[in-house]
Amino acid sequence: MIKAVMVMNTQGKTRLAKFYEYLPVEKQQELIRGVFAVLCSRAENVSNFIDAESIFGLDSRLVYKHFATLYFVFVFDSSENELAVLDLIQVFVETLDRCFKNVCELDVVFNYSKVHTILDVMIFGGQVVETSSSEIMKAVEEISKLEAASNSIALIPKSASGWRSR
Amino acid sequence: MSGPSLMDSLFQRSLEDIIKGLRQQLIGEQAFISKALEEIRKEIKSTDLSTKSTALLKLSYLSNLHFHDMSFAAFHALEVLSSPRFSHKKIAYHAISLSFHDSTPVLLLITNHLRKDLNSTNEFEVSLSLQCLSRIANVDLARDLTPEVFALLSSNKLYLRKRAVAVVLRVFEKYPDSVRVCFKRLVENLENSDPQILSAVVGVFSELACKDPRSYLPLAPEFYKILVDSKNNWISIKVLKIFSKLAPLEPRLAKRVVEPICDLLRNTAAKSLLFECIRTVVTSLSEYESAVRLAVGKVREFLVDEDPNLKYLGLQALRIVAEKHLWAVSENKEVVIKSLSDADPNIKIESLRLVMAMVSEHNVSEISRVLVNYALKSDPVFCNEILGSILSTCSRNLYEIIVDFDWYVSLLGEMSRIPHCQMGEEIENQLIDIGLRVKDVRPELVRVARDLLIDPALLGNSFLHSVLSAAAWASGEYVEFSRNPLELMEALLQPRTSLLPSSIRAVYIQSAFKVLVFCLHTCFVQGGSIVPSASLNNLPAGVSASVSYESFDEISVENGADVTVVHGQTCASAPITKESIVNLLNLVELALGPLLGSHDVEVQERVRNLLGFVDLTKPEVLNSAVQEKDDSEGKGVETSKVIKLMHDAFSKELGPVSLSAQGKVSLPDGLVLKENLGDLEMVCGDLEPPSSNTFSFGSSYEEKDGLSFSNPQIKEDSEQTNESTSLLAEHRKRHGLYYLPSGKSELVSNDYPPANDPTLQGDIDDNADNLVKITAESLVPKRKPNHGKPRPVVVKLDEVDEKHVAMKKPESRDDSLSGAVRDVLFGCEDVPPTLSQSNLSNKLSSKRKGKEKQHTDPHVESKENVIDDGNSSLRRKDRSHGKERRHRSPRKKNVEERKETNQKEKEKSRRHHARHKSRQRAEEPLKVSAQTPVIPDFLL
Repeated sequence: MIKAVMVMNTQGKTRLAKFYEYLPVEKQQELIRGVFAVLCSRAENVSNFIDAESIFGLDSRLVYKHFATLYFVFVFDSSENELAVLDLIQVFVETLDRCFKNVCELDVVFNYSKVHTILDVMIFGGQVVETSSSEIMKAVEEISKLEAASNSIALIPKSASGWRSR
Repeated sequence: MSGPSLMDSLFQRSLEDIIKGLRQQLIGEQAFISKALEEIRKEIKSTDLSTKSTALLKLSYLSNLHFHDMSFAAFHALEVLSSPRFSHKKIAYHAISLSFHDSTPVLLLITNHLRKDLNSTNEFEVSLSLQCLSRIANVDLARDLTPEVFALLSSNKLYLRKRAVAVVLRVFEKYPDSVRVCFKRLVENLENSDPQILSAVVGVFSELACKDPRSYLPLAPEFYKILVDSKNNWISIKVLKIFSKLAPLEPRLAKRVVEPICDLLRNTAAKSLLFECIRTVVTSLSEYESAVRLAVGKVREFLVDEDPNLKYLGLQALRIVAEKHLWAVSENKEVVIKSLSDADPNIKIESLRLVMAMVSEHNVSEISRVLVNYALKSDPVFCNEILGSILSTCSRNLYEIIVDFDWYVSLLGEMSRIPHCQMGEEIENQLIDIGLRVKDVRPELVRVARDLLIDPALLGNSFLHSVLSAAAWASGEYVEFSRNPLELMEALLQPRTSLLPSSIRAVYIQSAFKVLVFCLHTCFVQGGSIVPSASLNNLPAGVSASVSYESFDEISVENGADVTVVHGQTCASAPITKESIVNLLNLVELALGPLLGSHDVEVQERVRNLLGFVDLTKPEVLNSAVQEKDDSEGKGVETSKVIKLMHDAFSKELGPVSLSAQGKVSLPDGLVLKENLGDLEMVCGDLEPPSSNTFSFGSSYEEKDGLSFSNPQIKEDSEQTNESTSLLAEHRKRHGLYYLPSGKSELVSNDYPPANDPTLQGDIDDNADNLVKITAESLVPKRKPNHGKPRPVVVKLDEVDEKHVAMKKPESRDDSLSGAVRDVLFGCEDVPPTLSQSNLSNKLSSKRKGKEKQHTDPHVESKENVIDDGNSSLRRKDRSHGKERRHRSPRKKNVEERKETNQKEKEKSRRHHARHKSRQRAEEPLKVSAQTPVIPDFLL
């Protein structure tokens, strides 16, 4: 099972955090800091694993990938395959790339909801349910359509966001 | 309402505004956030759902990425959830899955919302609801929503069905009874041809099998089919995960899957699947030599790959192989050793572990040599990693692999000189430990210690101070092996010792004391070879009240022996002359004089002792230096006697002490341990059947009271022999068996009754201790005879019992989950449906029966029937048994407690439980034999 997904930039700012078990925010922050402290000390072109047991407790593994200014970090337990999760990060990033056309950190910053939607389509309650980037895209687009439609129903005076978007 | 709300919405900041705002605040970020939070708190109370949901979204954002608590908005999230609009719902679900947990108060109110959305026609609404359930489900939610999840398990929308499958994991975990409802459908999905569904189901089973593999053995045929047929790597990986759990449980299954897995190993192009195959083979199929060979061959490909990930995983796989097939590591020795200098710290550490796995008593010295060289070259962190693993490997099981201790001690000395070394404490412990345990190494130990002490440069390195303290201790304790005690003395008193922390300085001073005494003693013996006999002659006159004839006699005989040894050794090196002694005494006075005023008590006291001793002996030494063994006058004898006594005191050998030695000392008669715990008795009386407990308390009290008065006298008696040597000798005589045999010469007598059982338990745990082994082994069978012997009742044990109960509780849930799974899998349709599920499950079971008949082919079915006939009675018993066990568990603890505490067995109730337990034991073999044959028959 996947325990957590995090995206942080090279300065240590969290860009996305998703924990599949409830954790108090303080604990989340502590874990993310712990991960970043290890990440930033690692050189380029080394393996993509970190010993996660010291941070997340027994039976946890961590795989990360570094793209431009962002670290993508997946934490999981022994029922996932390390290399498969590495591929999964690739799928996630590819999907972001398709979604935002040449994704960069700013896209992740300004599309908080959408990034979460993408991740939710991919991973459900810690279980990977979708590994094809085009399938993910399809679902995400439909969800976006649905969101837009439900907003536009009451577009007339009630919602200010409707006004603004004109 | 619309007025203010319109204004609110008009000027409400959106999430994007917040993000932009945050990006502009380079310094006052916190202030900006708290202002935003303030706004949110206002907006979230708005009656307009759009305003509310925007506020909630902003709050989620701040909670998720800036770690602000959002629990205050729990109820508002529910309000937003009730909105008919999808976008609002999505925001609400997001907020809920971020912030809700089992103790969120409004959790109770969410059930209906979830149910409504689970029944929605919009698949994305359903999926939002499922997602939320997968995150927040507790017992109640899982129970109440089981029917909806069950329905979705056969939804014709793929998108929902696989999510329903995934959510089952959480539902099962929280509410095991749902297994009875959902399990069949879950299993049916295993036969689904759609890879997405299959992937989800297999994923769920791999999670379930992790926790309790045995329950899923009956599904092996289905998994096997998937393993053979699957073209999807993701699914194959998950199935392999399942088999790696199942194969060790059932040898025939292992035999069956080994071929397909090898095929996959040979043919797959995907590295992830390849690695999973390797891991499965090396963890679960390691007895299949050919498969392991194949896997190791693939591991080698990983090891030489450019990709550091593959290299790392290859090394990891190799480490798993190493446990059973060391040859695999030896075959790849070069790569492994080369990886020690890899750029990646992960790889370095992994290869270090592998290298350590290769260590045996034959190659330990070569490997250590190589590693120490690596340590010299590498960065501080890895250097200490290397040193730490050498130290721990070599000291494993009491230096099991070390044959040549001289070599090891000098290695320790060498290691402590490595610049980055921070393992001082471990080296210190081992130096002392070896000194105590291994007699033969002491000369070398003293030599190594001398080399360390004499180097003034080392005193400046604070990481080495503890090593130096060990060196100082060893050189003082075993000074008789020193080539040149005078040199040692100079090393111990050198000016740079002021750099040491005072605790270690105290060790130095004490060692200097020992060395000085030794020098004086040697000098006296050398100076007047008649001294021993002379002192013997003079004894009657000088005998003090404290020393008896016999003891003194004994000691002087020992001295004689010692002296000859010393004589032989010191002759070779610099002789200790009277002049050198005088110089030595001067040196001591010079070096330690200033320390008389030290602020550290320990240092000050030891310096005073030493200087006092110097004061006492100096005049006489000066005297005799002038007079040259003139006569054996009274005063001279007095001093030499003091020297002798000191020497005797120091030359008594210290042995290592077993960790549990304290526990084995029987409670001294005068010691009343329970005085203050008296009121505990009442508490315990409430908890326990009062009869036996109060009785035992009472009896122990009586004993204590009766004897405590006589004790002081005994103490006084022993105090009269107020002399270190005899005290030590006496102590050893009395408690000799609590010292470990220092050589293997003396055999410890074993029939001493241990104080109480818990320590005995500890003793067995300590079994690693080679030297204790003899004792421990003989204690094991002795357990029963102990029953008869009286032993103090220890109140603490009741606490332990309570802890046991508490610890067992969480297990019960798991048990019930696997119990439920087993019930379903072994075809127990006759389960009397319990709880609110009754209607539903009745309906379902009938449905299921019908379906089952359609689906299963006749072959399997007939088998099942056979088994059913054979087992039904057994199974029923088994189940009822399980239930009984569940509610009996607290009492079972009593049985354990009885075993542990070895309490008096007279209590009837406990006997009763014991009988229960034995009956249970008798049934167990039946149970196993009934279960195991069920599985493979499907397969073969």
